[in-house]
Amino acid sequence: MDQLTWTGSAGTILLPVIQITLLALAVALVAKLVLVLAGLDGPGLPGPDGAATARAPGHYASLAIRLSFFAALAAILCILAAGAVMPSPVEAGILGAMTVRFWPVWLGLAATFILSIRFRRRLGLYGKLFDSTVGMIGFAIVMFWVFTAIFADVIITQDPFVQLSGLKNKVPGIAAPDSPYGWYLLGGDHLARDVFSRMVMGAREVLKIAPAATLFAFMVGITLGLPAGYFGGKLDTFISFLANLVLAFPVILLFYLLVTPEIRDTGIPIVLAGLLFLFPIIFLTVLWNSRYYTNPPQRNLYVGITLLIGLWAYSGLAFNMDPLGVWSMEPNMLNVFVSVVFVNSPGVFRIVRGLVMDIKARDYVAAGQTRGEGPWYIMLWEILPNARGPLIVDFCLRIGYTTILLGTLGFFGLGVSPDSPDWGSTIDDGRKLLNLFPHPALAPALALMSLVLGLNLLADGLREESLKD
Amino acid sequence: MGLFVLRRLGVMLLTAIALTFVVFFLTNLQPNLEKLARTEGSVRMSEEAVQDWIEQNGHSGSVFLRYGQWLGVVPGWTYTDEKGDTRGRCFQIGEDPATAPRYCGLLQGNWGYSTFFKAPVLDSLGEKLAATGWLMLAVMLVMVPTSLILGVLSGMREGSVTDRTLSTFSIASTATPEYVSGVVLVALFATAATGISPLLAEWGLIEPKKTLFLASATSAMDDITFWNFALPVMTIALYGIGYIARMTRASMTEVMTQQYIRTARLKGVPFRTVVMRHALRNALIAPFTVIMLQFPWLLNGVVIVESLFNYKGFGWTLVQAASNNDIPLLLACSVVAVVVVLLTQLISDIGYVFLNPRIRLA
Repeated sequence: MDQLTWTGSAGTILLPVIQITLLALAVALVAKLVLVLAGLDGPGLPGPDGAATARAPGHYASLAIRLSFFAALAAILCILAAGAVMPSPVEAGILGAMTVRFWPVWLGLAATFILSIRFRRRLGLYGKLFDSTVGMIGFAIVMFWVFTAIFADVIITQDPFVQLSGLKNKVPGIAAPDSPYGWYLLGGDHLARDVFSRMVMGAREVLKIAPAATLFAFMVGITLGLPAGYFGGKLDTFISFLANLVLAFPVILLFYLLVTPEIRDTGIPIVLAGLLFLFPIIFLTVLWNSRYYTNPPQRNLYVGITLLIGLWAYSGLAFNMDPLGVWSMEPNMLNVFVSVVFVNSPGVFRIVRGLVMDIKARDYVAAGQTRGEGPWYIMLWEILPNARGPLIVDFCLRIGYTTILLGTLGFFGLGVSPDSPDWGSTIDDGRKLLNLFPHPALAPALALMSLVLGLNLLADGLREESLKD
Repeated sequence: MGLFVLRRLGVMLLTAIALTFVVFFLTNLQPNLEKLARTEGSVRMSEEAVQDWIEQNGHSGSVFLRYGQWLGVVPGWTYTDEKGDTRGRCFQIGEDPATAPRYCGLLQGNWGYSTFFKAPVLDSLGEKLAATGWLMLAVMLVMVPTSLILGVLSGMREGSVTDRTLSTFSIASTATPEYVSGVVLVALFATAATGISPLLAEWGLIEPKKTLFLASATSAMDDITFWNFALPVMTIALYGIGYIARMTRASMTEVMTQQYIRTARLKGVPFRTVVMRHALRNALIAPFTVIMLQFPWLLNGVVIVESLFNYKGFGWTLVQAASNNDIPLLLACSVVAVVVVLLTQLISDIGYVFLNPRIRLA
């Protein structure tokens, strides 16, 4: 078996095209920047008769940027598509072969987009996302990694923990006769494991924690931020002081103090978990109670279900004492999870508090107060729904931030098992030989960057669309 | 104004005390002390011996008292063993306890003895801080002008191709944490395997097997050159550039929609003059705060980049102190970090009031 090239047989024609278009794009970008700085980029230069008729040079630079960008994009897509229809990885090249491996993801993406665009008028803010190009691109990138995490078992070319002899630090596309697939698409790492499979499995590791941790941080932030902003006074001063305390901590220092094997012996993570995991239960209980307290049977039902499931999960997740053994969390993972929630919550608190202080001066809140609605009803059912736009945007941004934080933890080797395929620790493994073999660190680095970029673009699109209301 | 600053200083002091206490508490937990005992004494110490060691070296008793000793507001501990030798916080074995000072903590300038550097904390930390100072200075010199220019350029004409191109760049750079951009930059510029170095070597511009930039900044400790310092500086700066540029852009677009800008345009002032004279001054108030508040983040970046590029500065020291259980050094690092964060917050608050004539505090 031969070593694979990056672009396969389609590359012989398309590779020069890509090089030329990318060069043109670079030239156009530099030209545009120079023109803008020189002040030659305006609505139009005055023509001979004094009227603004002639187009400014900057206009042509913009045109060139757009054209070369789309040409390069088209050429790259051609290589991927050509690779997908080629019969064997040798002809498809590394990029083409990866496109084939990701087939469940493409199917999932296609289904999501077709259905969403078809019914977008009935889907509220989510549907409106498909009116914004930026938002759609961001959503596509995020969903790509979500589907990758879901279908990781199908996509990987071999077990991410298996080491094959002779493939240590080998370049991308190396033939691996002992592997069921036959090649290491993105090369081997310092322990001769498949970089591609580890990157794919890493998506699962990251997406298992980041959204859940962000959700918990939001529960904590909302539950504390609503009363702080609504009542103000001493309560606000006190919670704000605590929040500023956590925010003033350099994150890495906090991680080095909170995520260590020693601290697990003292039980501090469990205490923190016991405290932080209580907030979702409080939030939901108060939410149902304030809405349905005029209708006791319904209220009792909702609050009962919340308490039953909540306390059941609570006992398992925080204290690992679930009588039925359904809910549990490894001590390692619990430590990481709790620290990330702890670091994120004050930020959410500040945003919620600011939003509440802004909204509580509105007329509909005054109307609610005159109607005799209780403070918690007003906070949870009048103010919170009206603050949802900025909160959803912040939620997306914050998942990205949490992903970065998890990567940081992995990068410093805190709280993860040594051979875990998550992106942060894979980057950490790869950095020791970075200037000799960059590929093992580069693959997870680009993966992490694209996920966070997708989340940021998604947030941007959502912000744009929610402002249109 | 004076009262405002005083009140801020009071809250700051309270925050500093609370934060250092938390760090003190978390670094002086029982398992950490036991680990310390085993590394300082012997690995094979029995449980009892460990407990004795902890007691004889002043690590037992209330955590509040120990914090007070460390801070220098509570008299230092002394311990007299059965042989009659007296040891204490404020003097070495053999010195006369009677002549030693009673208080010796942070406030008296005694920051402890680093078990990792085998030297007094204050001496070794000062040298490391100087190294990081150079790094920070270079980062600021790159980051602030670049991000302000990018932000102003994209904010002055909202929605134009320039705006969209630069905004995309800003978003991409905020989505790239330091450990990712560091890896990417090294792969591009500092390896003989990929990126542009093999190309340059082929063209004869650099020696074969050499790289354009160096992937390690250790040599920059003695002699800073462009080739060993550019990558670490760029790695830290990139993450901040995107964020500050976006804030500048937001503030610039807001200013550009103001009435007085339209008036200036209508009366025939050239666009350039409008931007330079009328818009810029008002648009740069918000970014000032953001730049100051960026310092805590820089601290984060410094830790990552110094570990990645092996530059032995403050961040590297923090990592070494934490992973080697060097309690006095870690405490000193956190004091520095906390002071930096709080000072920048104060400067940003006061600076905002000074810069913005619309805010007047009684």
